[in-house]
Amino acid sequence: SSSWLSQAKKEWLEVTYEKVDGMKFTVKGKEGDNLLDIAVNNDLDLEGFGACEGTLACSTCHLIFKKEDFDLIEEPCTDEELDMLDLAYGLTDTSRLGCQVCLTKKLKGMTVKVPEGTADARSM
Amino acid sequence: MLRCAFDGAIGRCLSTAAARLSQVPQVCIVGSGPAGFYTAQQILKSHATARVDMYEKLPVPFGLVRYGVAPDHPEVKNCINTFTQTAAKDRFTFLGNVTISEDVTLHQLKEAYHAVILAYGASQDTALNVPGESLRNVLSARQFVGWYNGLPDDASLEVDLDVDSVVIIGQGNVAVDVARILLTPIALLKKTDIPENVLDALSHSKVKRVTLVGRRGPQHVALTIKELREMIHLPECRPQLRPQDYSHLRDLIPSLPRQRKRLLELLAKTALDSPEPKLASSWSSAEREWSLRFLLSPVEILAAPGGHAVCAVKLAKNRLEGEGLNQRAVQTTEMETLQCGLILRSIGYRGINIDSLLPYDERSGTIANDGGRVTGHNGVYVSGWIGTGPVGVILSTMTSGFTTGKLVVADIESGLVDVSTPRAGKMLIQNVLRERGIQPVSFGQWTRLDEHETEAGTLLGKPREKVTNLKQMMDIIHQ
Ligand SMILES: Cc1cc2nc3c(=O)[nH]c(=O)nc-3n(C[C@H](O)[C@H](O)[C@H](O)COP(=O)(O)OP(=O)(O)OC[C@H]3O[C@@H](n4cnc5c(N)ncnc54)[C@H](O)[C@@H]3O)c2cc1C
Ligand code: FES
Repeated sequence: SSSWLSQAKKEWLEVTYEKVDGMKFTVKGKEGDNLLDIAVNNDLDLEGFGACEGTLACSTCHLIFKKEDFDLIEEPCTDEELDMLDLAYGLTDTSRLGCQVCLTKKLKGMTVKVPEGTADARSM
Repeated sequence: MLRCAFDGAIGRCLSTAAARLSQVPQVCIVGSGPAGFYTAQQILKSHATARVDMYEKLPVPFGLVRYGVAPDHPEVKNCINTFTQTAAKDRFTFLGNVTISEDVTLHQLKEAYHAVILAYGASQDTALNVPGESLRNVLSARQFVGWYNGLPDDASLEVDLDVDSVVIIGQGNVAVDVARILLTPIALLKKTDIPENVLDALSHSKVKRVTLVGRRGPQHVALTIKELREMIHLPECRPQLRPQDYSHLRDLIPSLPRQRKRLLELLAKTALDSPEPKLASSWSSAEREWSLRFLLSPVEILAAPGGHAVCAVKLAKNRLEGEGLNQRAVQTTEMETLQCGLILRSIGYRGINIDSLLPYDERSGTIANDGGRVTGHNGVYVSGWIGTGPVGVILSTMTSGFTTGKLVVADIESGLVDVSTPRAGKMLIQNVLRERGIQPVSFGQWTRLDEHETEAGTLLGKPREKVTNLKQMMDIIHQ
């Protein structure tokens, strides 16, 4: 079927995750997979990354993009994603949640930064 | 440097030296919430041989992830999968049904382990300390949360929902969770793991109105935007916000940090603008409503005729003193009375002290510590809410857990925690438990109960039906 064809045509693309300590992981992910799944599938040593498993309930998959890559991301940032990003530590103008951003050809070879830590605590 | 007098002795001498230098660090953690599990994960990852034993008061793991996080937020509980992976590591042991202080003392743990990590959370709530607080249907949100989450201690809480109006004192996320559970259509709640007896009570609920009362202004609310958005879109329910309470926000908003700004923009928009058509039609047909009231502090809870049940709360109006977001509320002599048949107080959680030798801070309900090291107690650490106080989401608790875990490993490696003499770890504690006739619950045994609960849930068309009685839990575990 055509969906099988489009599936098969999908390319493996390179992407680099860089931790705050400078450690870099360059891995391959399938076009269309999100940046959380790619990190998980490659068993990346990113402590605590993706605690809610991509359900937009935690913000541990916070990633910081270069401006030029950020502008090429296809998925728009929804209110719900912005709500979770509000809780992320070290939020920047080019922050997104990894579970909401898919790897595309345009983003091939990019480096994303993985911040560490959490936002200031608020009372329950 | 070790020196040996005779050649023949060198081999033996070196091997004992090596053995001495590489004692397996025995570490234990008190509490199995996110703080405990994230600390364990960090230690097992960054130390090659350390053993971690986790003691938990209840027969089941996961703390507030199982018994606090709202049942209609199952996604938040996904972190349980990571915790279960940690529990499967061979250097890790879970010992449930063991209460530190009652069954085993801190002193005994210190004898048995090189390092002890306190991660037992903040399990008490703060009282209002006003007359009438002991009337029927004046409850703590903590207990109410325990009730709808099937916590054994609160499973048979008496809640009368044959009332029209509920007042919640507090405007944080716990207050909002409680309001949402009271206002969500029962058909939706039936798809969650709320226990059957609680669903039954909720399905007969007459509650039409829930008011969340705060002592400061709308600019100070402690809830997060995700929770607010959820309330705004709650099916068959509408917000009832008094525009005059929010009109000043629009001037304030531009100067605020992003997170506050987005929260208050949403709040102001909801209160001041007309809703989009879809929302408008859903609000106009809604039979239930929620509202926020500000600058009010409870001074007395009033009884209905007959004298036992609550009928209203008397509140003092407050004015704000000071500048910006740090303004303080100061009570005035002006009063207002809100009618209500149920009051839930949600003004904070507190940790308790489990050992008189610990530097417990009565005011904050935490154990005094320096970045995780308990003040004045070498080898004793805190992680999560017992050290930080009851603030933040699981994400912040995760950071606390990782920080403490790294600290423990660093202290073992630097020698600050002396691991040169072997410790017996759980062997010693198991003897203590045996003498006291206590059978610890293993992680495998929890898995059995877990399966029992999910199977029972499947039959009822829900993810899980929790067993809420301790004896029954133990019976299933030991089947
Ligand atoms: C009502 C409520 C709803 C929440 N909802 C969310 C949410 O939606 N999203 C989110 O991110 N965060 C939420 N949180 C916050 C989150 O639950 C906390 O950040 C986190 O659970 C704190 O972890 P902890 O391990 O310090 O404490 P806890 O989770 O409380 O764990 C402490 C454990 O220690 C055990 N224990 C206590 N005393 C002893 C003893 N003497 N001996 C042995 N064991 C003992 C307890 O039984 C418990 O299992 C919520 C909190 C509450 C109260
Ligand atoms: S994994 Fe939780 S929000 Fe992305």
